[in-house]
Amino acid sequence: MEGFGSVEVDAGEPAFRHAWEARMFGIAGGALASGGFNTPMFRHAIERMDPGHYLTSSYYEHWLTAVATLLVEAGTISPDELDARAGGFPLSHPAAVGAGDVDAVTPSETPRYAVGDAVRVRDVQFAGHTRCPRYVRGRRGVIARVDPAAPIPEVEAHRRERMLDPSYSVRFDAAELWSGAAEPNSSMLVDLYEQYLDRV
Amino acid sequence: MSDEHGHHPQPLSDVERRARALEELLTEKGIVNGEFIDWMVEAYAEDVGPMNGAKVVARAWVDPGYKERLLSDGTAAIAELGFGGPEGDHIVAVENTPDVHNVVVCTLCSCYPWPVLGLPPTWYKSPPYRSRMVREPRALLAEMGCDVPEDAEIRVWDSSAEARYLVLPERPARSDGATEEELAALVGRDAMIGVARP
Repeated sequence: MEGFGSVEVDAGEPAFRHAWEARMFGIAGGALASGGFNTPMFRHAIERMDPGHYLTSSYYEHWLTAVATLLVEAGTISPDELDARAGGFPLSHPAAVGAGDVDAVTPSETPRYAVGDAVRVRDVQFAGHTRCPRYVRGRRGVIARVDPAAPIPEVEAHRRERMLDPSYSVRFDAAELWSGAAEPNSSMLVDLYEQYLDRV
Repeated sequence: MSDEHGHHPQPLSDVERRARALEELLTEKGIVNGEFIDWMVEAYAEDVGPMNGAKVVARAWVDPGYKERLLSDGTAAIAELGFGGPEGDHIVAVENTPDVHNVVVCTLCSCYPWPVLGLPPTWYKSPPYRSRMVREPRALLAEMGCDVPEDAEIRVWDSSAEARYLVLPERPARSDGATEEELAALVGRDAMIGVARP
């Protein structure tokens, strides 16, 4: 994402700005747990919102839309029930990929890389849920920290399974990411799963 | 369209009507219950927040052994003070020094260390913060009132996987002789994200 304006800080902001936001926080916690929806499924349901709706709605409206979408897709509630009560209830778009579209990865819980190793982020385009940020794809970095193996988000989101992959904090020089537009003397450290990386 | 239920003095907005519709529907179907929602709301509106992180920071400022443990295993050191829970399984503390300024962002969504900072503020979740902090951190920090000298390195931590980050700010020079409790009172949320100094 780019091209956005200033960051507006409200120093006195409470945890919840409106009563419905607080209710939504609790509803999401209860509904996700009772439906067995994992965090990547929830995030993906937010990512599937219509871009215009996403950018013009608040954080907890994202939660509201995503929770309702997951429950409708699971058949727990129907769009008609929502519409009847709310008088219109926009939901997220259907997923663009299915369980079979997730590449068969062969993860290992033993890390292949060590601190200091040079890596390049695979430039993979995937229309489903991923935690590989676009701005590091194809870029070179150095392993800065080796983290515990963690469930692969693509597999959790689309197959609803847990498959562990080693993960890392990878350090990128600003100049590698932004070329001539980069600010001097700065770096970005991005947390990435091993399946996103190739050795350089 | 106006609200006809009578409890609200003003008509509900569209989003309020949708939130209420969802809550009513899920309550009727037994998927959520009011007590659980009340508990979640109370916990995160009252009990979990940056006052927890401030205690961690103050302890690290007065106790070098604790600081060492915090920087080598943040999760365990934070648990020593009784803090943990959702979004706190792997907390990494990063130390600001005169030479290095750390700042935290989640470019993909809004990942945040709930046990020590509570729920993230709106600006942290906003597209401008999420896009600009990786692209032009020094300029954005200055805009937010946090000037970082040119000769200090800026490290931007993008919490795109499981780790959640807590910035350990530099102890202010004016705090000599302050008690641990007084020090904690100096530490605000924004300093522990890295967009301000205590």
